[in-house]
Amino acid sequence: MTFFSAKGISIEFGGIRAVDNVSFDVDKGSIYTIVGPNGAGKTTIFNIISRIYNLTSGKITFEDQDITHLPTHQVVSRGIARTFQNIELFDHATVLHNLLIGRHIHCKSGLLSDLFFLPSVKRMELEHRRRVEDVIDFLDLQHYRDQLIQNLPYGVRKIVELGRALCTDPKMVLLDEPASGLNVDETEDMAFWIDDIKKLLGITVIMVEHNMSLVSQVSDRVLAINYGKVLAEGSPREVQENPEVIKAYLGEEDVR
Amino acid sequence: MRFIFKTSYLQDIRLLKHNGYVFWYGLLLIAILLAPLLLDEFYIGEMAFIFIYAIAGLGLMIPVGFTGLPSLGHAAFMAIGAYTNAYLLSSGYSFLLSVALAGIISSLVGGLIAVPLKRMTGIYFAIATLAFAIIVEEIIVHWESVTGGLGGLAVDYPVILGFEMGETWQFYFICLIVLLLVLLGTLNLIRSPSGRAFIAIRDSEISAESMGINLSYYKIKSFAISGLFTGLAGALFAHRLAYLAPDAFNFLLSIQLLMMVVVGGLGTVHGAILGAIFVGLLPQAIAIAKDYLPPFIGEFPGLEPGLFGVILVLFIVFEPMGLYGRWIKFKLFLEMFPLYRKATFKRQKSYLKTERVQ
Repeated sequence: MTFFSAKGISIEFGGIRAVDNVSFDVDKGSIYTIVGPNGAGKTTIFNIISRIYNLTSGKITFEDQDITHLPTHQVVSRGIARTFQNIELFDHATVLHNLLIGRHIHCKSGLLSDLFFLPSVKRMELEHRRRVEDVIDFLDLQHYRDQLIQNLPYGVRKIVELGRALCTDPKMVLLDEPASGLNVDETEDMAFWIDDIKKLLGITVIMVEHNMSLVSQVSDRVLAINYGKVLAEGSPREVQENPEVIKAYLGEEDVR
Repeated sequence: MRFIFKTSYLQDIRLLKHNGYVFWYGLLLIAILLAPLLLDEFYIGEMAFIFIYAIAGLGLMIPVGFTGLPSLGHAAFMAIGAYTNAYLLSSGYSFLLSVALAGIISSLVGGLIAVPLKRMTGIYFAIATLAFAIIVEEIIVHWESVTGGLGGLAVDYPVILGFEMGETWQFYFICLIVLLLVLLGTLNLIRSPSGRAFIAIRDSEISAESMGINLSYYKIKSFAISGLFTGLAGALFAHRLAYLAPDAFNFLLSIQLLMMVVVGGLGTVHGAILGAIFVGLLPQAIAIAKDYLPPFIGEFPGLEPGLFGVILVLFIVFEPMGLYGRWIKFKLFLEMFPLYRKATFKRQKSYLKTERVQ
């Protein structure tokens, strides 16, 4: 049984094939990284997995269940949470509030019980709060708990977004460029957290990342794509040494 | 400046966060309860009117302020509530039942109308709600057997358990009780999962959806609740008017309601209340000002709607956070004095959200 697998996924926008017949498998408890030049289709693959885009052909299975045609809002309750490249937090709400929204799929109250704020709702809220505090402790966000997102620096927002994904109690997280826009220290912290997510929380990670030192530090396997097609797949070292990948990044060697 | 030492998660859930809240809101409630003893009947009537506006304002704040669905058609829900109440009263239903049914029917209509609207956002949503309001107005004009058409419909006095509630102070307390219930419902809603989902949808639909929030379902929910509250306001409004005619629920009322939430402060419960006070007092202020203005301005036709528009624009340009935002700034100024800096609330350019998936 494969934990997560994408088989021959393709997507077309008009005449452009943004992702062309890409297949890959992800093992449970591993960190899988997708690399490639700008516009290669990495984020598009994420948007396909989280069902924001409908794919043209192919099949996605997660824990042996077909999730190719799942409605967008149900993906997360299957255990796949994600972050966004350009941070999509709820700007006019506090960090705590954002993290609590991560608990949404575990909130079982109805509209009427919410209107009256029945004791059952209160009990559930306290339980969610406890879970959120675990994540706050894990990511060292205590200091920012009651601050509005719009007042936070970029690096902290990235971490809050990661925290929000963790609050959903996922089996797998999709991290879209977790280290983009972070300074060297913050990137190192992020590497530790990604590693902890795998080792301490046992959550599988698929990420898109440009920072090659971060990629080779944490990844178990790497997939390189360009123009929507697979260039190479293997361990970080294998992929970095692959001539096709070098060609895609640096261009062809001009032999005189 | 007050520092709150938190020792329990319950402190973040409680409605009255600390003793300061208990004291000031308690004082306000006592003042409101004693008002009928101290004030002239005219002022009590006007306060009851403000309560009705506040109920409608809370009803509109839920879609506009919390869910981010701009509605230009909330006069329709007021109308549905008002006519349902008046019709049921004239058919012999008791007051309590007919007000409750007015709210429920308005809520059902709100939920139904949200079904086709749920995929729209922004200006298209606003136009669709505007169309809905015009349709409702036309239905009222033409469905004469129920609404009395252009001839209008008389509204009976509310009767509760055999007691006729014809006095102004009695109506005042009826409005106050409904307002308090609606206020409590709104506060409960925004501290519960449903309210959080509304706010999530407002701030980023794409992100809300990938957090597992079913957008259509919550937009319908938001409109159903809004319909309920606004319908209740409409039912009480019917008693205030005493005689219903379709032109009481025209486009101007929708604009007035929208102005209330924008001027009060979008996305806050205080905003709906402050906006209601503002909109409730504005016609009085205009009436008083008319006496002091030269006749060619004071007697100018359409002065009131014109002023509404000007005020709305001025608030959007200069104080998008509304009256409540102004109050927060003033409070911070007092707390920080003399260290307050004007730049604290300066609007900053935020990070561009490029590549946003629509």
